[in-house]
Amino acid sequence: MTHGLIHILCKASILGRVQKSIITGATAVALAAAVTGTALAAGTLRIGMTASDIPLTTGQPDQGGEGQRFMGYTVYDSLVEWDLTSADKPSSLVPGLALSWAVDATDKSKWTFKLREGVKFHDGSPFNADTVVWNLDKLLKTDAPQFDKRQSAQGKSRMPAVASYKAIDPLTVEITTKNPDATLPYQLSWILMSSPANWETQGKNWDTVAQKPSGTGPWKMESGFTPRERAELTPNKEYWDTKRVPKLDKLVLIPLPEPNTRVAALRSGEVDWIEAPAPDSIASLKDAGLTVVTNSYPHNWTWHFSRVEGSPWNDIRVRKAANLAVDRDGLNELLGGLSIPAQGFMPPNHQWFGNPTFKLSYNIEEAKKLMAEAGYGPDKRIKTKVIISSSGSGQMLPLAMNEYIQQTLAEIGIDVEYEVADWNTVINIWRAGAKDPSAKGATAINYSYFIQDPFTGLIRHLQCNLAPPAGTNWGYYCDPEMDALFDKVRNTFDPVEQDKVLQQIHEKYVNEALFLMVTHDVNPRAMSAKVKGFVQAQNWFQDFSQITLEP
Amino acid sequence: MLAYGLKRLLHVIPVAIGVSIVCFMLIHIAPGDPLAAILPSDASAELQAEMRSFYGLDKPLPVQYALWAWRALHGDLGVSIASGRPVLGEILSASINSIILAVAATMIGFTFGAVLGFLAGVFRGTWIDRIASAISMIGVSVPHYWLGMVLVIVFSVRLGWLPAMGGGPGGSDGKAVGWDYLRYLILPAITMSVIPMGIIARTIRSLVADILAQDFTQALAAKGLLTGQIMRHVIRNAAPTAISVMGLQLGYLLGGSILIETVFSWPGTGFLLNGAIFSRDLPVLQGTILVLAMFFVLVNLVVDVLQSAIDPRIQRS
Repeated sequence: MTHGLIHILCKASILGRVQKSIITGATAVALAAAVTGTALAAGTLRIGMTASDIPLTTGQPDQGGEGQRFMGYTVYDSLVEWDLTSADKPSSLVPGLALSWAVDATDKSKWTFKLREGVKFHDGSPFNADTVVWNLDKLLKTDAPQFDKRQSAQGKSRMPAVASYKAIDPLTVEITTKNPDATLPYQLSWILMSSPANWETQGKNWDTVAQKPSGTGPWKMESGFTPRERAELTPNKEYWDTKRVPKLDKLVLIPLPEPNTRVAALRSGEVDWIEAPAPDSIASLKDAGLTVVTNSYPHNWTWHFSRVEGSPWNDIRVRKAANLAVDRDGLNELLGGLSIPAQGFMPPNHQWFGNPTFKLSYNIEEAKKLMAEAGYGPDKRIKTKVIISSSGSGQMLPLAMNEYIQQTLAEIGIDVEYEVADWNTVINIWRAGAKDPSAKGATAINYSYFIQDPFTGLIRHLQCNLAPPAGTNWGYYCDPEMDALFDKVRNTFDPVEQDKVLQQIHEKYVNEALFLMVTHDVNPRAMSAKVKGFVQAQNWFQDFSQITLEP
Repeated sequence: MLAYGLKRLLHVIPVAIGVSIVCFMLIHIAPGDPLAAILPSDASAELQAEMRSFYGLDKPLPVQYALWAWRALHGDLGVSIASGRPVLGEILSASINSIILAVAATMIGFTFGAVLGFLAGVFRGTWIDRIASAISMIGVSVPHYWLGMVLVIVFSVRLGWLPAMGGGPGGSDGKAVGWDYLRYLILPAITMSVIPMGIIARTIRSLVADILAQDFTQALAAKGLLTGQIMRHVIRNAAPTAISVMGLQLGYLLGGSILIETVFSWPGTGFLLNGAIFSRDLPVLQGTILVLAMFFVLVNLVVDVLQSAIDPRIQRS
């Protein structure tokens, strides 16, 4: 007992001594890291992209529209390009490396492209008809020495019409299409020209070219390329279009796939511009003095209906009822005003919008009436399955938006069950078609579409012979009348007349409620107030040449 | 000793084969298609089939596995479908960044964890103990990606002291040392250090308290040793366990963290994996998981052999 007491007292005294010495000996460590961001050279614009890697740099970029925007039309040019000078009107095609083009008066599958004279690649080699043929071989001719599988994977499917091509003289190229196809100029706007001489210099190796590419575009990439981290572009002072010689010193592209990281990077001043800020961050970005720019562009957010036998959407009254049951203005509020409520399949004011008679208003009573006419009612409800994504490129806020649609459709007697998949899986189901087992019997798929040219905008979704696996007519829709209109587009070589046919097609899209047309994204980008001179064209692609940065 | 080492090495072989099969199968069972990420959405069925055969994705799974394992044995992990770059090179450059981050995080975590644990152990039951224990408990419990975002909001967005993302002013490629690069390391390293800090603090707290409760400390005091000298003995007795815990934590952190590296866009293996998951880049996924798994297998082997070298009784069991 005594021993125990002494033991405890002794312990206490050791502890006391130790505690005291620690307290007296303790020193405070002050951490000060008050260092502000490193100063940058004036005129360096740093952009945070949504892609998780730098798009392919060799000529034909991957990463879809974003790749073409940042690594396509910056470093390279195509024969035919988009007019990106105006924010107020939908953009149309303009001459690029080709000064003019025309189809043969007798043989409508033969096209002549007159090339621009005196254009040089960044490595100093000349651009001419031979380089056009060389570049087409690069994508289409598997046994050509310069054939590149990776670029071909990107470029080949963009120009399905091309059958053959040849150089007529140094400044003339003749391209023959498989069938008469008036949409050829749109297809060629995807095809970018890389320098054959540079490929030779880099040991005929595309992997080496990736580090030091050479195009004819307004920007050069000479150094500063770190895969997955950044790519630095500098102005091409000898650019053929003097109006589009970049005003900045440098353009830095940084992949920032995580939306919160993009916002933090912008707000802490590490980038000057971010693509696609999340809708819920817009208000705080504006409060912090950052500029948020938006504009209409050819994108839509729809449900693509299955027209396979047994699908409830085969009845036009059900399709119309669903379209009348969606409160698109309410959805716009949910999206923080960052959307354009759909009035059709194409955005309102688009040159192909036309004048559809079916108005996409919000009218539950009318919708219920249509459902009743179609034989449905409180005791006979439609039960169906729809494929949606959890998030994805151009998908906006798919879960919240679809939850709303589920509720409102239930009101008119359509009970929707969702099959949620990640975006990559949704793309695969979309490619496979509504009849494929992967669709699990779903009768609609929620898809966001790139609808910039006649083919991607209207033809591919509904042409009879483009049903899977031949194409992406997901719902197996087939209407000879529609097919006749598509043929007419391909055979109308006058652009103004062609637009009129496209309007007719769009009117049919809307009047027959061929999709559940919900909304259009507005392509938001947020940028520092120092960024000046940016004109957001109504296009997936943008021009960075006019931009300046205030010090 | 040598025989034991060899025996353990032989045991690694079936484990390695098992690991490689599991990581291969898991990725192939998961839904999604790597071609969806690289081909334009309108690519024809013919072009898809062409690409599928180009990447060998049209072969039966066992054949794909055998080919992949055979090449991997020869140090060839294939080429990334998304970027076209060799997978091994991608993993190596990413691993260096993950190692830098892991070492920094362990150093921070160990330093603060040791101080907190020591204080808590010495002042057991007092308010100092409660505060130190609370801090270590928070360290273990807080979701670190959330903490990362909070740190970014405070130190990058509000105060503007430190960068919010990236591996360096010109990317991680410069590999330069100095403040310009160190700044980029601070926030992710602190975020990553909180869990090891908590674990180390709790370990050291109980160690120190136990040692102080032992008779020999009393004997040392009775001999008239100064406090500093007594503490030297306490630290020496606590060190082996603390260091082995730190080693385990370092091994764990070396695997990279998908969440932290993604929040900070830190170009390590976690960031690489995250990108590969979203683009279904099978070669990169398989390669990275295999390399990380093999790394763990090897660390285990080294630990086993070292332990048996220190304590021969382990061999017998």
